Amino acid sequence: MRQAFVQGLCELAADDDRIVLLTGDLGFMVLEPFRERFPTRFINVGVAEQNMVGLATGLAEAGLRPYVYSIAPFAALRPFEFIRNGPVLHNLAVRIVGMGMGFEYGHAGPTHYALEDIGALRTLPGLTIVVPADSAQAATAILKTADRPGPVYYSLGKDDRLSVPHLDGHFALGHLDVIRRGADVAIIASGSLSIEAAAAAAALAGQGVAPTLAIVSSYNPDPEDDLAELLSGVRVAVSVEAQTISGGLAAFVSSVIASRGLDCRLWPLAVRDSPDGSSGSQAERWLEYGLDRAAIVAQALQAIGLGQR
Amino acid sequence: MNIVPIDPTQIRRLILFQSRRANVGHIGSCLCVVEILAALYGQALRETSADDPDRDRFVLSKGHAALALYAVLALKGWISEADLGTFCGDNSRLGVHPESSLPGVDFSTGSLGHGLSFAAGAALGARMQGSPRRAFCLLSDAECNEGSVWEAAAFAAHHRLTQLTTVLDWNGQQAFGRTCDIVDYPNLRERWEAFGWRVTEVDGHAVPALAHALSAPAPPGDESPHIVLARTTFGKGVSYMERGIPIAQTHLPVNSINWHYLPMSAAEYEMAMAELESVG
Repeated sequence: MRQAFVQGLCELAADDDRIVLLTGDLGFMVLEPFRERFPTRFINVGVAEQNMVGLATGLAEAGLRPYVYSIAPFAALRPFEFIRNGPVLHNLAVRIVGMGMGFEYGHAGPTHYALEDIGALRTLPGLTIVVPADSAQAATAILKTADRPGPVYYSLGKDDRLSVPHLDGHFALGHLDVIRRGADVAIIASGSLSIEAAAAAAALAGQGVAPTLAIVSSYNPDPEDDLAELLSGVRVAVSVEAQTISGGLAAFVSSVIASRGLDCRLWPLAVRDSPDGSSGSQAERWLEYGLDRAAIVAQALQAIGLGQR
Repeated sequence: MNIVPIDPTQIRRLILFQSRRANVGHIGSCLCVVEILAALYGQALRETSADDPDRDRFVLSKGHAALALYAVLALKGWISEADLGTFCGDNSRLGVHPESSLPGVDFSTGSLGHGLSFAAGAALGARMQGSPRRAFCLLSDAECNEGSVWEAAAFAAHHRLTQLTTVLDWNGQQAFGRTCDIVDYPNLRERWEAFGWRVTEVDGHAVPALAHALSAPAPPGDESPHIVLARTTFGKGVSYMERGIPIAQTHLPVNSINWHYLPMSAAEYEMAMAELESVG
């Protein structure tokens, strides 16, 4: 999604001279196309994320359209209060780009994992959150949300090659993308694990199970109505996310089931443990935390009563 | 542009009246920035209305002095007396800390350490847009405890934000005691100079000196952002507050920070107003 982001931003900036890109000294080999085309609108603020968001607040109040860029925990968590008191409190069109979803910075270790950014930022109702499932959806989302009057957080992944089958670059803010429909179990996925959820759904179908697969790619506005409608037709659901369990997708799906009084049980897959000091590739982390496609299949089978207890 | 001087005594009168009416504190913090705001809003700031897009921007980074700002906005006629009368009421736009929903408040503040970044962004934005408008920021000395202040300070100097001017309310107090006893910042001038700022020291209660420092052009060739270190007296203008004496609450010891949080009793209010009228 990195290339999708920088290409999309260059496309927007060519037509909109209000767009400014700030980076907290990250984005080497990513942001150079923007810097080369728009050198006066590219500012490396240094390793100072609080100041970066504060600067963006002042720029946006003046009518500019700042995008701020860093690795997700540094973009979302380090300056959390600046986001809250700046773009959100003032309802300004600041765009915050957090790079690296879930365990994508695997070998870099726990400081670089983005396991709480969605959950933490979902607590700010005035902040739109965009979590694309693949690069093509990211490209669409960046263009379609460019004119939002208030602030937006983009959780973006590094990968530009993988794509979720049948998503086809579709993005609609506040809506679900339903990839596949089946009556046995609904798999609700978000972010980097969407690709694993799609593989799990295909594997389940191969075993004679009929899964629904839906992608949540935005919050605030939440795809609440879409999800309620979807879950009103199934008895069990599995949520799949590379985030801690308390604030992100599982929390959202749970709240819809409870508040709408749906007859559907949720079997969440998310990160439940604190970091233990280990690190590894993203694929290894998914295995380690029980989030890989085999774990999703096993969870779905257990949910519908076909798994081993 | 029409320059209308603002009388510091009138600001103080409004601060005392509204603090007493609402029965709230932060009086000492408001009283010590009166002349700074009078110099800014009476002379230095270039603005014709609260919504002129090319007005100079002002960030009250020490947001707990918002009542002093409200008083100034009322004296300028940007908010009404009726608005001012809602200070600290229910469903009011005039809380203890300022909100940008109020005409004349460019940025919401209250959490220390945000304002200098906002102001640096405002100055950078003006330069990127080719506008001569400037950004002013009022910091407190204790606010310099926040690391984010120094992130913004370094950025502003590196990017030669000549359209940014900061005033530091150097009153030597913070919520729980004297700054020198909590986290001491000796050599404040040298610290800001080391960060690449042009530093001017003034008496923070002398409006002409403040106005001159805030408006005088930089020396030729100097592209540094400018900070005015304004030496102030906490509770300025009410002698028992300046000396930290809790007149009514006799169980409290004399303490220079008493009037950070204490509200005034009726008798204390009368004493304070009487002193103001006898001097002003």
